[in-house]
Amino acid sequence: MLTLNHLVALLPLVIVAITAVAVMLGIAWRRHHGLTALASAAGLLLALLALPIASGAPDSPPLMRVDGLAIMASTLVLLSALVTVALSHHYLTGYIGPREEFYLLLLCAVTGALGLVASDHLATLFISLELLSMPLYGMLAYSFRAERSLEAGIKYLILSAAATAFLLFGMALLYARTGRLDLAGLVTVLATAPDTWMLAGAALLLAGLGFKLSVVPFHLWTPDVYQGGPAPATIFLATVSKLAVFAVLMRLVLEAPVFQSDRLATLITVLALLTMLGGNLLALFQSNLKRLLGYSSIAHFGYLLVAVVAGGSLGMETAGVYLVTYLATTLAAFGVVTQLSSPFQGEDAAGLHHYRGLFWRRPWLAAVMTVSFLSLAGIPLTAGFIGKFYVIAMGVADNRWWLVGGIVVGSAIGLFYYLRVMVTLYLPEPGMRRRDASNDWGSRIGGVTLLATAVVILILGIYPTPMIDWVVGLSAIR
Amino acid sequence: MILLWLILIPFLGGLLCWQAEPWGDRVPRWIALVTMLFVLVISLVLWWSGDFRLPDGSQSPWLLEWRAPWIPRFGIEVHLALDGLSLILVALTGFLGTLAVLCSWHEIDHRVGFFHLNLLWILGGVVGVFLALDLFLFFLFWEMMLVPMYFLIALWGHSGSAGQTRIRAATRFFIYTQASGLLMLVAILALVFVHYTNTGVLSFSYEVLLGTDVPDALAPWLMLGFFVAFAVKLPVVPFHGWLPDAHGQAPTAGSVDLAGILLKTAAYGILRFALPLFPEESQAFAPVAMTLGLVGIVYGAVLACGQQDIKRLIAYTSISHMGFVLIALYSGSELAIQGAVVLMVAHAFSSAGLFILSGQLYERIHTRDMRFMGGLWGRIPVLPGFTLCFVAASLGMPATANFVGEFMILFGTFPTAPVVVVIASAGLVLAAVYSLLLMQRVHFGPACREGPLPGPDLREYGMMLALVLLVLLVGLYPQPLLDTAAATSARVAELFGNGGPPVLAGGAD
Repeated sequence: MLTLNHLVALLPLVIVAITAVAVMLGIAWRRHHGLTALASAAGLLLALLALPIASGAPDSPPLMRVDGLAIMASTLVLLSALVTVALSHHYLTGYIGPREEFYLLLLCAVTGALGLVASDHLATLFISLELLSMPLYGMLAYSFRAERSLEAGIKYLILSAAATAFLLFGMALLYARTGRLDLAGLVTVLATAPDTWMLAGAALLLAGLGFKLSVVPFHLWTPDVYQGGPAPATIFLATVSKLAVFAVLMRLVLEAPVFQSDRLATLITVLALLTMLGGNLLALFQSNLKRLLGYSSIAHFGYLLVAVVAGGSLGMETAGVYLVTYLATTLAAFGVVTQLSSPFQGEDAAGLHHYRGLFWRRPWLAAVMTVSFLSLAGIPLTAGFIGKFYVIAMGVADNRWWLVGGIVVGSAIGLFYYLRVMVTLYLPEPGMRRRDASNDWGSRIGGVTLLATAVVILILGIYPTPMIDWVVGLSAIR
Repeated sequence: MILLWLILIPFLGGLLCWQAEPWGDRVPRWIALVTMLFVLVISLVLWWSGDFRLPDGSQSPWLLEWRAPWIPRFGIEVHLALDGLSLILVALTGFLGTLAVLCSWHEIDHRVGFFHLNLLWILGGVVGVFLALDLFLFFLFWEMMLVPMYFLIALWGHSGSAGQTRIRAATRFFIYTQASGLLMLVAILALVFVHYTNTGVLSFSYEVLLGTDVPDALAPWLMLGFFVAFAVKLPVVPFHGWLPDAHGQAPTAGSVDLAGILLKTAAYGILRFALPLFPEESQAFAPVAMTLGLVGIVYGAVLACGQQDIKRLIAYTSISHMGFVLIALYSGSELAIQGAVVLMVAHAFSSAGLFILSGQLYERIHTRDMRFMGGLWGRIPVLPGFTLCFVAASLGMPATANFVGEFMILFGTFPTAPVVVVIASAGLVLAAVYSLLLMQRVHFGPACREGPLPGPDLREYGMMLALVLLVLLVGLYPQPLLDTAAATSARVAELFGNGGPPVLAGGAD
């Protein structure tokens, strides 16, 4: 039975869902871009404010679990979505077709993400995952007159469907062996030594989730989709979608002992190594910034998998800290791309040549870009360093020397292309006219958000203690 | 608190320089100059007022100390401390920083504010490295100074023939140092967690981690993690690939910083961290380290002889000189370690002098290729004379600071490793060869072109004179320097002695 307490625990999700409906009705009644964006942002903000209330709810609703992990991931999802909305507004002003539906899709996807991070049952897990993915197809193909955008949407749709099939098959196998679909039930049954079928089911689950996280053998869609999708959709994909899926993976690993079994741990270790090395190697010679960031995000999820391998409360803490730093960094990096491509004029300004000499034209925008790339490379005084420090610390504490070696090698390779992008920003400006941000970018809401994100990266890098305390505090809530 | 300001002043000064760019080129230069003079004056005042007698057991070894909690989750603190060795190096940083600002007064003519931002941030990072006593903080500064150095080489460097080479040189420099730095981070973390397993205390503090009982199987690896990071920066021969390129392409100020101070951070790191944290392993490793030092001495010297580019030649001589430092550090004798400190200071002066001179030559004849030089003695007033002084210092002529340093190193190492000393002494002959070769090819011989060139102006004259005086001063009366560093050297030597009698008597290999 759903009681009032349950509704309180679900408050953020309910608020976002209501906002989505309201936005839909508003669009049907009268189109107004600014108001739609404002309403979406207000709804997300309200949901964010409702999170403390939800975390205080005495018990979780059926099929869901509102614990520390869910609260942490929900906060990050909502914050990222807010930044995405702020950045989308200016971007979409140049779009010729209907603009308002983008926010509707985004709100639906956020609803899915909020459900996903709190799911405690394979059914909610699956439904939320689909609710998260379906709107993303639309968002990626939003500028459907551009060939690449359409290609991105369709590619993501088809490959995502294949991954869903894996996921369902895995669930079916687990169900066939145990007769249970709720995680708690699965855990108790699986506590006995897992047999081959259970392992296969878990591995298939892993493959399905690994696809969404673009873990290496399942990463092929990433660069094309990142490149083709409109910049705000790519931001959403790179942050909210990956974050929510990772939270689920973390929950599965934390709770189900089958993932701690030797064979699966070895499998995840190998996947992590492949991912961090593969992502970095493939990024080396990219000249398209969005593709490069796509490969770089592959590599970063390779580092994150170290936290999954280690598991335990330290693993969750590491994952939390790394996710915070990854989100801030990714939002800033893609934010600059969005600013430079705003307002929408067909293809995004993602070629590396668009960024040549940016520092001498737009010093602050280039400074944000530099900070975010330093953070991606894990250079001290930026948030990225704290994340990398955590991951290496955990690898060392857990005696996983192979993974530590992989991180060191991967970071060294990664430096090469991060530096290449960074120095491009400062090279002499070529004579020809390039794509440029609009002159008032810094006073628009998107620009302000972007600068704030860069400041957050620096603050997290210089004084990470509040963030660490927050993550540690939430990791303790079970 | 004064220690924190020593680090913050260059950073704030750098930001000011950047923001002052719209007001013209002169404003950032003056701000940078004043900033570095400020650092220099503070460190000199500290030196003047400090007491560097050997502390007895109860006393704190630090002259000044400042700590504040930072990341309590891992027991990380902002812990700064100053002893004689760090003081010498901080003062050196202030002095060479001032020179670096002065020598780029006319050389850098575009984006002056941003240039000085990078220059001052390097210096701030270096001061941080010399003062940090928390291993996390040390690593942070160690990595942090790379970024501005990268920009300095990549943006204001000299293009080589292929156009893109300065960026390639900068990237190579960055990847070498950063990758080796990550190995050090892994070693630091492993050390911290070993300490945590032993005692249940999570701390990155140097003093806490000293004397950690590391399992025998792990300890050599951790020691190597530290050693490799420092060996890349020093540089020790198999890891030296970045140095000639970086020097060749860097602007003069970059070369002065690189040779004068950045290489010293590595020697400082070995002296402060690698040796005291792993005394037994270091002792076992000493024959290898000394052999590497010997290889460096000979290799650097031989390759220096074959260079056409004057800055690359000086870069290779740095490898050779740092070989002596490495031998001294791993000899474990107090005399040799003191000599290494003197040689570090001396090399900073002499190589900075040579780099500044080659920058001044470049401003006049627009080439660094020695094939297009020759006969400059008759064409430029005063500068060739200064060059002769620094060349003499570089080859270790008595009365120069380098002589004192090398002499003490050889003398101090002889009881423990006579074979090494004999071979290293042969390196001195090679030093004479490349130094005289430099002098001969640049200033003597047939002139490539005719016509007089302008002599040094007051700024250039002042820089050279200050350097020459310092080289002679330290060469003739090194005692103040030795007194200041004595306590630190003695402690390291004592740690080395603890592991039983020296086992290096056999020599190099």
